[in-house]
Amino acid sequence: MAELRASVTRLPVPAPPIRPEYLQDVVAGGDIGVVQKPLTVWQRLANQGWLRKAFILIVIASAWEIYARHLNNPLLVPTFSATLDAFWSAIVSGDIPQKVRNSVVLLLKGYTLGLTLALGFTALAMMFQLGNDLLETLTSAFNPLPAIALLPLALIWFGLGDISIIFVLVHSVLWAVALNTHSGFRSVSTTLRMVGRNCGLTGIRFIAKILIPAAFPSILTGLKIGWAFAWRTLIAAELVFGVSSGKGGLGWYIYENKNMLDIPAVFAGLFTVILIGLTVENLIFRNIEAATVRKWGMQT
Amino acid sequence: MNVFPTGNILGASGATSGPTPVLQVKGVTLQYKTKQHLVTATYRVSFDVYGGDRYVVLGPSGCGKSTLLKAVGGYMAPTEGEMRLKGVPVRSPGPDRMFVFQEFDQLLPWKTVKQNVMFALQASGKMRGRAAEAQAMRYIEKVNLSKFADSYPHTLSGGMKQRVAIARALAMEPDILLMDEPFAALDALTRRKMQDELLQLWADTRFTVLFVTHSIPEAVLIGNRILLLSPHPGQVKGELNSDGNDPVDPRSGVKLSDRIHEVLFADRIEEQEVVPHG
Repeated sequence: MAELRASVTRLPVPAPPIRPEYLQDVVAGGDIGVVQKPLTVWQRLANQGWLRKAFILIVIASAWEIYARHLNNPLLVPTFSATLDAFWSAIVSGDIPQKVRNSVVLLLKGYTLGLTLALGFTALAMMFQLGNDLLETLTSAFNPLPAIALLPLALIWFGLGDISIIFVLVHSVLWAVALNTHSGFRSVSTTLRMVGRNCGLTGIRFIAKILIPAAFPSILTGLKIGWAFAWRTLIAAELVFGVSSGKGGLGWYIYENKNMLDIPAVFAGLFTVILIGLTVENLIFRNIEAATVRKWGMQT
Repeated sequence: MNVFPTGNILGASGATSGPTPVLQVKGVTLQYKTKQHLVTATYRVSFDVYGGDRYVVLGPSGCGKSTLLKAVGGYMAPTEGEMRLKGVPVRSPGPDRMFVFQEFDQLLPWKTVKQNVMFALQASGKMRGRAAEAQAMRYIEKVNLSKFADSYPHTLSGGMKQRVAIARALAMEPDILLMDEPFAALDALTRRKMQDELLQLWADTRFTVLFVTHSIPEAVLIGNRILLLSPHPGQVKGELNSDGNDPVDPRSGVKLSDRIHEVLFADRIEEQEVVPHG
């Protein structure tokens, strides 16, 4: 290092040569050649996410079919085609649609109630310090508690029936959504808050017009997690005591068919559970995302 | 605008009889708490802003100029002194003092340009429906963004976002516009353009603006009156007049920007020698 500095002082860089100035016109766009060219059909197909995923699903289904045929034991693993068969006949007979409706109606009741409560809690938390402390204490206590663990208690309090299931559903939705909404509210930038207050917004109007839209990416995440929790909790709860509520949902459908050793129907039930989960995630939440946070550039 | 103070320029708040100021700041001391310290941001700052003023608050970083602007905006209360807007003490934020911030995220990302401008009008209850839309479009046109009225903020450049924020604030026709280094986050070319556009807007609509900056060239260009603050805590060092052309002071023969530089950085001579100012 010292040597380098010494050499620099001994041999100063000669002054750069003086060059003439010039200005010139640039080539017009048409003369350059390829500025923009369409991709080939294959490249465009490979860019479609759903196509790639569909391909993966086909591979998995084929592997399943091949393995099940090789195993040749429908009591353990029925083939993919047998599952589809059972699925189709259960749909035609109206058995699965009925069970799905029972499950989804119950789920929506619990989900909506849970969301309303979560919003109420978070609004309180944003307006009062005590509300904030209450929410933080409750979420940290109840969020790690699996909702299904409350089912025995719910059965004692509310008896066998929809109310018990709704109670555990609310519990599974409420804390996840409240936690995400609250952290979303708190991460709204100071500038946006100041803009809101500058426009004269306070209290509920401030929450509705600034905090909720500004925290929408987090809220949406909360809604998704809440949905997934609720869906799992519901199926589990139905597996435990779906029969007693009279009608029974998908969980009960799975349980019932297991008892009758109708394994393809069990798989068909599981298949339905997955299908509904995928539909909600890819159709409903994906579209909400596209119409909101993506359109607003808040999430890419 | 060419009138220069003939007397003692440090006699800051000496308002003579005549028009009453829009904004009066009297002996304002501002303090805020961090986790460990109680920080005094400004100490007994006084100044008056009159209607039509382009009043610039200039000082190095740490002189509390942004804090001062926040206090005028009603976001924090002074520990000493008072601020009056049209004679009424400032207590809380309100749409009579519209803010333009430095940050680009001051636009609501979930609203289009037009909706952003309308939002302020509607949320404050100043205008509704058609009237709000017409008012919004009028001011969007003034900042040359009519073509982008239905675009979402994330599709706009930084300069365009700041123009929307300015349109949103001006559409409210506030008593005073509060600008907190609005062009500081822009690239140099865009900043220069925005400064000219702001002056053009002012020539069109004659609003009153309180403009905070740490850039001497910007202060000289934008302001008709410049308040100089010292750092840690901010105290008034003086008020100078400007005509936007960096005039030479007839008495001392020194350019305005050099006079300002001398006042603000007099005690930092070595730095001045190392980094020549432009």
